[in-house]
Order: sequence, then C-alpha cells, then structure tokens
Amino acid sequence: MPAHHLSDEILMAYAAGSLPEPLSLVVVSHVTLCPACRAQMETYEALGGSLIEEIAPVGLPDSALSDIFARLDDEASGPGEADPWGRAPARTPADHRSVDGSVPRPLRDYLGQDLSALNWRSVIRGVEEAEIALDGGEVRTRLMRIQPGVAVPKHTHGGEEVTLVLTGGYSDAGGHYARGDVQVADPTVDHQPVADPGEPCLCLVISDAPLKLTGPIGRWLNPFITY
Amino acid sequence: MEQAANVAIRREAVLPDSFTFGGVARVSTAPERVNRKADPRYLAGLLNAVGRNRDRDAFAELFQYFGPRVKAYLMRQGANEALAEELVQESMIMVWRRAESFDVSKSGASTWIFTIARNKRIDALRREKRPEYDPDDPALVPAAVEDADAMVEAAQQSQRLSVAIKTLSKEQADLVKMAYFEDKAHGRIAEETALPLGTVKSRLRLALGHLRKALMEEQ
Ligand SMILES: [Zn+2]
Repeated sequence: MPAHHLSDEILMAYAAGSLPEPLSLVVVSHVTLCPACRAQMETYEALGGSLIEEIAPVGLPDSALSDIFARLDDEASGPGEADPWGRAPARTPADHRSVDGSVPRPLRDYLGQDLSALNWRSVIRGVEEAEIALDGGEVRTRLMRIQPGVAVPKHTHGGEEVTLVLTGGYSDAGGHYARGDVQVADPTVDHQPVADPGEPCLCLVISDAPLKLTGPIGRWLNPFITY
Repeated sequence: MEQAANVAIRREAVLPDSFTFGGVARVSTAPERVNRKADPRYLAGLLNAVGRNRDRDAFAELFQYFGPRVKAYLMRQGANEALAEELVQESMIMVWRRAESFDVSKSGASTWIFTIARNKRIDALRREKRPEYDPDDPALVPAAVEDADAMVEAAQQSQRLSVAIKTLSKEQADLVKMAYFEDKAHGRIAEETALPLGTVKSRLRLALGHLRKALMEEQ
C-alpha cells in the first residue's frame, strides 16, 4: 500500500472529468496500485452519479428512443461492428498474459508491451528517459529509469512536476518513495533524489514547462497562484 | 431463477405510477414524468435486465430516466442541443452494449451511466483520450479484505450521498455542482464566483469532508 497519495481534490477532479490527460494517467496508474485512493475516487464518481440524477432534465425529441433502436438495427444488418445488439467484446485473459504486471494497464496502453522498445535516451550516467506520446499541450509525459544507487543531480523545477514510482524506489529530503507513491514537487523544491539499491527505479513523470505555472498541472496543484 | 429475482426487484420499486412496463412506443420523455429521483435498486435491476436478457423494455425505461438528464449534463458542459442529443444517443448505445459488465456490487446504475456520459463528453468536447483503470489488471492491488467488507454497498452509498448533498449549504452545493457540471478548474470557478481561489478550495474541501463523513456514518 503506497504511503504518498493523491489529494482528494485531484481524485475529485478526475471523477468529474476535468483533469488534463497526463494527470489523469497519473491518477489511474496510482489508483491501480492504491486501493485507498481507488475507493475514494469511486466515491467521487458516485457523487457524480448522484448529481446527474438531480440535474433538471432537458426533454428529448419523441423519436429519440426509436432512433437508437433503429440505429442498432441498421448496424446489425449492415457491415461494421460485428453484433451491435450483442455484447461488448470482453478483454480475454490472453490480453493480460504477456504483461509483466509492473506497469499498470492504462499506462501500458500508451507504451506497448515492450519497455525496452521505447526510445530511451540517456540524461546522465545511470539516468534514462523515454517520452510518452500524448497530446498534453505544454505538459511533458515521460518514463524515467534510474539505476540503483544513482543520485540525480540537485535540481529545482522550472515548473510543476508529478512523479509516480512504478518499480524500485528513491529517497530525497521529502522522504522515501516506493512503488505506487506519488510525489508532487513544486518549483521551489530543491531536491536530489537517490535511487534505492537493488532494482532500477522506474517512474512515470509529468512536468509542466519551465515558467509555465499557469499550465494545466500548476492550475491543479499550486494553491497560491491566481490566474 | 435470476430472471424471477429481477422481476421481483422491479415490482418492489417505488416508481410504479410513473414507470409502467409495456411497449416501447409509450415511452415519453416529458420532464414532469421523470423529475423524481428513482430507487437505485430499481435502476440497477433495469440495467441488469439489459445486461443479462437484452431487455428492450428495461432499456426504454433507463433511457426515459437518464436520457434527459445526460442531455442536461452535456449542455451544462457546453454542448449545443444537437450535439448533446447525438452524445446522448452514443452514450445510451454504450449503455446497451456494456450493460453486461455492470456490477451492482461495485457501483450504482447512475454512477455507471454518469461515467459513460462523462467519457463521451471528454472524447467529443475535449478530443482527449480518457485513461481508466482496469479492474482485471494483473497490476491491480486489491483492497484488504476488511476494507472491502467495510465498504458501503453501492446502492446504499448512492442513497446516502443524495441525502448528504441536501445537507450541504447552498454555497457548498453550488460549488460541488460547478466542479462536476462545468469543465472548469477551481481557478475558473473562483473567477466566476468572484471568490478568492483559497476560499473556493477550502469550501470544496469542507463540502467533500462533509459528504465523506455522511457516507461513513452508520445508518
Ligand atoms: Zn493513494
């Protein structure tokens, strides 16, 4: 069970559907590994369900329902989806078989099955990163791999940064971070993470461009900025 | 057997005067007939009937209840009427196709349909992918047994939430609704309500704390 969690505010924003995609990816990856935040997130989805029932309904045309039935019938007789009246194809166990379980499925969907096939580039000795193709605007989304015991040079962030540990762990002045833990670093934090001995530390990292404090992440994480 | 149980649940429902069984043609979406909130167990029964038996009448009732609400939700989010109606269709088609995967022990029907409408909205209005966790993910860390036992049953949770929302102050309730119905970061909400951002955040936090407490209290 992770020790460093996501804030309620972010879990609620995910449930409401107002988080930008990179931050949503961090949320679903964390809740895969954290039953506590998962339950919390689902409570906020239940709140959405409750609110949508209380919304003042806006009438639909009388034909709306028969249109749906007609659409399903049409698709059933024409080409296209196999059996629109039938059931959605379920994921088979085979879909999961080749997955090693270290990377949560929603993140894996962005990466493909083979981590070594990603476009890794060396940052410094013992630290590599691979960009994740995702239309996040000014937000960068990447995987970082730090070899055991390696210290990432002391640095401050130009913008906000959110890190989710996938394997291994690291320590910095803020504490120890292991699988499933989330660290939110604002630009004022001057930190020097040191990877744990043992296995390499693999992290999902999203970061706002330097000096883009009003960007999509900062908007969510930094309580002091007005815009 | 399962079928019989389903029918029993449906008969018990509190809605018999506004929802009757029968042909599809009779379904009307007149708002005055659907303004009342439905019994969550009844809605779950309808969704199960669609999932298990491809029951068109049950689907028609779900559509009558949720269609106009999903439309209202999408319009609050900035969709024009035509787009909202198109997305209602797509959402309800998704409801039909995925009903089998609905699990009443995990979520209420309204929650399940809300997440479908929300995802359609993100897809269409924001043109973004919507990552979701997968309950069958081999990487998923399950809840400890005692936590799972302590979890409030979904239908019960939904009822408690609707009670709890009514106990929020008007300001708090308005903020929570803005957070869910208008695709806005809290900063934008602050702008529009002319409240300082810190106030928006602390009021939302209070509201959330209040709702959470209401959920955990013994009945
Ligand atoms: Zn957590």
